[in-house]
Amino acid sequence: MSHLMTRYRWTFAAVFAAGILAPHNLLLAQTAATLSKPAATEVRPWKKIPIPPLHEFKPQQPKRIQLSNGLVIFLQEDHELPFINGSILIRGGSRDEPANKVGLVSLYGEAWRTSGTMKTDGDKMDDILESKAASIETDGGSASTSLRWSSLKGDFNDVFASAIDLLLHPSFKADKLALAQHQMDTGISRRNDDASGIAIREAVKLVYGADSPFARQPEYATVGAVTLQDLKGWHDRTVVPNGMIVSVSGDFNSAEMEQSLRATFEPLPRGAGMPAEKFTFTDPKPGVRFAEKDDVNQSNVLIVGLGTERRNPDYYALSVMNEIFSGGFGSRIVQDVRTKLGLAYDVQGSFGASYDHPGIFYVLAGTKSVSTVPATKAMLDEVERLKTAPPSAIELAKAKDQLLNSFIFHYDSPEKTLNEQVTLAFYDYPSDFLEKYKTGIEAVTAADISRVARKYVDPSKLGIVVVGNQAEIKPALDTLGKVTDLDIAIPPPPGQPAGKEQPPTPR
Amino acid sequence: MSVRRVLTTLTLAVALCSVARSQDLASFEKRITVKVLPNGLTLIVCERPEAPVFSFYTLVDAGSANDPQGASGLAHMFEHMAFKGTSQIGTTNYPAEKLALAKVETAYAAYDDEYRKRVGQDAAKLAQLKKAFEDAQAAAEKYVIPNQFSEIAEQNGAVGINASTGEDSTQYFWSMPSNRLELWAYLESQRIGYPVQREFYKERDVVQEERRMRIDSSPTGRMVEQFLATAYVAHPYGRSGVGWESEISQVSATEAEQFHKKYYVPSNIVIAVVGDLKASQAMPVLERYFSKIPAGPKPTPMTTVEPRQFAEKSVVIREATQPFYLEGYHRPDYRDPDDAVYDAITDIFSNGRTARLYRSLVRDQKIAAAGEGFSGFPGDKFPGLFAVYAVPLPGHTPEEMRTAIHKEIDRLKNEDVTDAELERFKTRARADLLRGLADNEGLAHQLAEYQTRYGDWRQLFRELDKINAVSKADVRRVANKIFVDSNRTSARIEFVAPKAPAKIQGGAK
Repeated sequence: MSHLMTRYRWTFAAVFAAGILAPHNLLLAQTAATLSKPAATEVRPWKKIPIPPLHEFKPQQPKRIQLSNGLVIFLQEDHELPFINGSILIRGGSRDEPANKVGLVSLYGEAWRTSGTMKTDGDKMDDILESKAASIETDGGSASTSLRWSSLKGDFNDVFASAIDLLLHPSFKADKLALAQHQMDTGISRRNDDASGIAIREAVKLVYGADSPFARQPEYATVGAVTLQDLKGWHDRTVVPNGMIVSVSGDFNSAEMEQSLRATFEPLPRGAGMPAEKFTFTDPKPGVRFAEKDDVNQSNVLIVGLGTERRNPDYYALSVMNEIFSGGFGSRIVQDVRTKLGLAYDVQGSFGASYDHPGIFYVLAGTKSVSTVPATKAMLDEVERLKTAPPSAIELAKAKDQLLNSFIFHYDSPEKTLNEQVTLAFYDYPSDFLEKYKTGIEAVTAADISRVARKYVDPSKLGIVVVGNQAEIKPALDTLGKVTDLDIAIPPPPGQPAGKEQPPTPR
Repeated sequence: MSVRRVLTTLTLAVALCSVARSQDLASFEKRITVKVLPNGLTLIVCERPEAPVFSFYTLVDAGSANDPQGASGLAHMFEHMAFKGTSQIGTTNYPAEKLALAKVETAYAAYDDEYRKRVGQDAAKLAQLKKAFEDAQAAAEKYVIPNQFSEIAEQNGAVGINASTGEDSTQYFWSMPSNRLELWAYLESQRIGYPVQREFYKERDVVQEERRMRIDSSPTGRMVEQFLATAYVAHPYGRSGVGWESEISQVSATEAEQFHKKYYVPSNIVIAVVGDLKASQAMPVLERYFSKIPAGPKPTPMTTVEPRQFAEKSVVIREATQPFYLEGYHRPDYRDPDDAVYDAITDIFSNGRTARLYRSLVRDQKIAAAGEGFSGFPGDKFPGLFAVYAVPLPGHTPEEMRTAIHKEIDRLKNEDVTDAELERFKTRARADLLRGLADNEGLAHQLAEYQTRYGDWRQLFRELDKINAVSKADVRRVANKIFVDSNRTSARIEFVAPKAPAKIQGGAK
């Protein structure tokens, strides 16, 4: 799901990247595919190029320290540059916020830092930090909130002291909350301008349910309902040592750093923290959901269903299946929908796996209005083929090669190794998860892939979302099944008339 | 400047210098080897043995600005084609495929001639020529091993396989385990030297989907395309980089081949490789592969220079999408002695929450969700624009953005920036340079770019001298030079409520 969600961010940087045109915006992972048999005349000079053994490399693991109050610390020395970066990950995020205040955690993440502390207000903090080319930032996420800092090594003491001041003595301010609310309102007012954003939003709602904490959207009403007291309450409830992981990397001495962090965090008393909530998940209802955009000439098509969790023992086989299905250029959907049929520039998919809840199984493409139905059919065919066409020996070998030969990129910097350990600790996974993953991938067979494809891929549990220009879509969508119109109208702020699709006046 | 300010600045500068000793120019001199091959291709090897991986960055000094007249989008189209394989990769039988591809071009030319006929186009003949063209494509396709080039890279552990086409240049990059260096040298030298335009017309369809996604179906994409087309009357910076629909839908593989022949000559290319390599071992391997690429004449520099703008121009889009405001002012190219001054203005306008546009429009006036100014749009090899935009909050208008932006521009013209602002710019430039050095990909990019732009990668470090030399008077002088009404082009989206009710009884019929 994270992959799908990162696409859906409200940003203006993209607007000015107009001059930068990449050939494949999907290639974050790698791939495998069907390959025609080499003909007699085919020469393959690259087969003769020697591949020496890779240099011996033991990634440096961070030092893990657990305090008596439950706080976990990771330290990763890295002396290449004179910087020190730190992060505090705090349990509890937007999926835990009340339904009538959706947006609370996002507003908290923004206003926490911009408000500042009792001693130094946020604006003053901006002046001080930016003059040092340093930063302290706070952020609200789905499962956690965070406070991160970064500075030159020489400024560490000052910057760390400010970060801790912000952690322990925040001073939430009304004007900064209002500022954050205005910005969220802007995002809400603009969310129907971007067709692909609409498609992703509606697809996530279809998979998890519109009211699910993993899918629901902030609205003017829920954003407006958030008060200063809510931010303070959230902070007091979540900022407890037994709900936090502190990680520091950079140019320092671990023994000294440990001493300093112990002195800072050991006195903090345990608290209740954010209780782990049990969420329920049901498969989406099949059929087509359609949202109209009359100013586009391309349809955004998403086929979605529930994915899985990474602790599922079938995760390894599903990962290899993913490579074969959608892992890159050689993958089945790219070979078919983009290369063979020329129906899409952006076509991608994944049987998504999250750490503590089912990810999203999705297949996505943007295609000209008139080819909406053929492209969707081609995508559905590839989903079906996962079940009916077991991987060839070549496909399997290539998929595994790709995963294993690029494995080094999971830990080719101290920062990556550190982040991996923090994530594993946060979700309570074993610290050797990555090594197990590698062994698991090595062991996957073609029979495993056929088995997981049969077990997890079920076209009757997939829904389709299309956002496009209906007048141009021919043949009509109902050739794909029952079509339900989506109501994407933005609910107006409380007290304002509905149905005007117009920027509301400021609150 | 107060004594205290001088002191803090000095301490900071000293701190930055002393701690960064291992990351200065002298240390990089030891780790970097540059070689210009007899065919003109420049290779840069930078040793950074932190982990057994490497990244490369191939920079071709030609981009969308070099698209031929009538064939906008061709540089980008070729970039896509650079993943389609070579005479050795992606084919089951190249000699036969070559003949088949020649027939595709002949059939396409015949079809295209009829298609473009202004008078007397014969529908039956057109259909017959189209069929012949399609048959020829099908015949050529029989020899294709689709995506084999990318697959070899992927199977060998390459990550981040991608490329991009800007107005100024085209670049190719990925990262790989370091034991695949020789394999990479083979792949990269193949695609630079011997690309094959197979499946060109299908990829042309893919590129048109890219245009629909980025431009046609995006309100801001449409706006920016019109903005640039309005700002420029002569220079190709005004043309759509992805290509006007009529042109990108009619380019041919023959034109792509000509583009390659003209611009992908070794003397127009710099390749940087950074990571777990030893120059003494790596350079001979790279030389072996890249020196085989035939030499060609360096393309002649462009003659067109955008004439001086003498009146303000504007684009007003009225539609049912949310409001936006953007304006731009022509500035000289990156070789201008004031280049670093534009960086200073960018930093003071836009960088962080101390930035003027944030503090004025977002924090204090509370009329915008975001506002920024930045330099070198859509490129800086040729005279580009200094652009400023603001995103209105609900209930606020583009006109308010314009007024607020102009107030900040006037301040820059009429008052000196503060000592703190100028120092902050210089400190951050220093730190940003440092932060970028511990990353194979970023470093490869920077080295290739500086080598191309200045003929010497060392300029990456020397740039700081230019930055440090920027004065308050410079900022004011440059602001007064470019921020004048007659040098401005603006674009805005004005929200207009949809005429028909948004409810359409729709897909469900």
